[in-house]
Amino acid sequence: MKILCNGETLELAAGIRVADYLSQLGLDASSVVVECDGKILTREEYGSHALQDGSVLELIRFVGGG
Amino acid sequence: MLTIAGRKFRSRLFGGTGKFSSPEIMKEALAASGCEMVTVALRRVDLNNPADDIMRVLDRERYLFLPNTSGARDAGEAIRLARLARASGGGEWLKLEVTPDPRTLLPDPIETLKATEELVKEGFKVLPYINADPILALRLQDAGAVAVMPLGSPIGTNQGVLTRFQIEIIIAQAQVPVIVDAGLGAPSHVAEAMEMGADAVLVNTAIAVAGDPVRMARAFAMAVEAGRIAYEAGLGAVRKDAAPSSPEDGLGFLR
Repeated sequence: MKILCNGETLELAAGIRVADYLSQLGLDASSVVVECDGKILTREEYGSHALQDGSVLELIRFVGGG
Repeated sequence: MLTIAGRKFRSRLFGGTGKFSSPEIMKEALAASGCEMVTVALRRVDLNNPADDIMRVLDRERYLFLPNTSGARDAGEAIRLARLARASGGGEWLKLEVTPDPRTLLPDPIETLKATEELVKEGFKVLPYINADPILALRLQDAGAVAVMPLGSPIGTNQGVLTRFQIEIIIAQAQVPVIVDAGLGAPSHVAEAMEMGADAVLVNTAIAVAGDPVRMARAFAMAVEAGRIAYEAGLGAVRKDAAPSSPEDGLGFLR
């Protein structure tokens, strides 16, 4: 299935959970916030929330800024 | 001691975390500055370099995070960023920035007020970044902002306090702390703001891009302290005509 993550189209295994995708990327779940189809997910939801074909995912984190 | 929304701060210098050449230099400079609150921004994770995480060096026990809404061009975008910041574990503190014009990065007062009203309702501690407009500062205070952050000069310009007249009025009128933000390019600029009675200043660029950011952070910390002590000590009045420092009497032997 295809999803749009941070503006990039990606091919992922059907039904992959957010937590599994984050660990594939090597991302510490506590360092990012996930918005899926316009809705912010709580950290507790990462393990259960399955991505769908066409899901729009935003992975956001704190960066340096003024 | 400075208190904002019930929280006490020993240091009246707040630090930014942008533009440093490395996370290690940022960490050392922030330590040298003595600051207790630091701004951070929210951006997409770089999928090609997901391990790149500047925040790994920042101790959340030592620094209160003040997430900003930089990049927002209207109230809706700022509110979305604020909610993401809270979900990221940023807490309730928020530097609200709404800057629609990339050339000047001047804040939009109407969108800033709209976003403040909504975010206060949602429980955020809102510190709005504003042009140095005394009326707007009062409107934001009435809307529930916990501090106001008038600009000295546009972000990243190092031009100092170009808005002195308006900031003096804001300081005289505001019931909430006044934090002069943006454009403070030299220790003398922050000393000036603090001598005027600003409660605190926020500095990022001037420290981050200095030849030696760690020493510059120390210089800014000293200037903030000097300016604050001078304000508390009470500056002499400015006058037009000269007034001799030596006695005018006792010169009879000369003529």
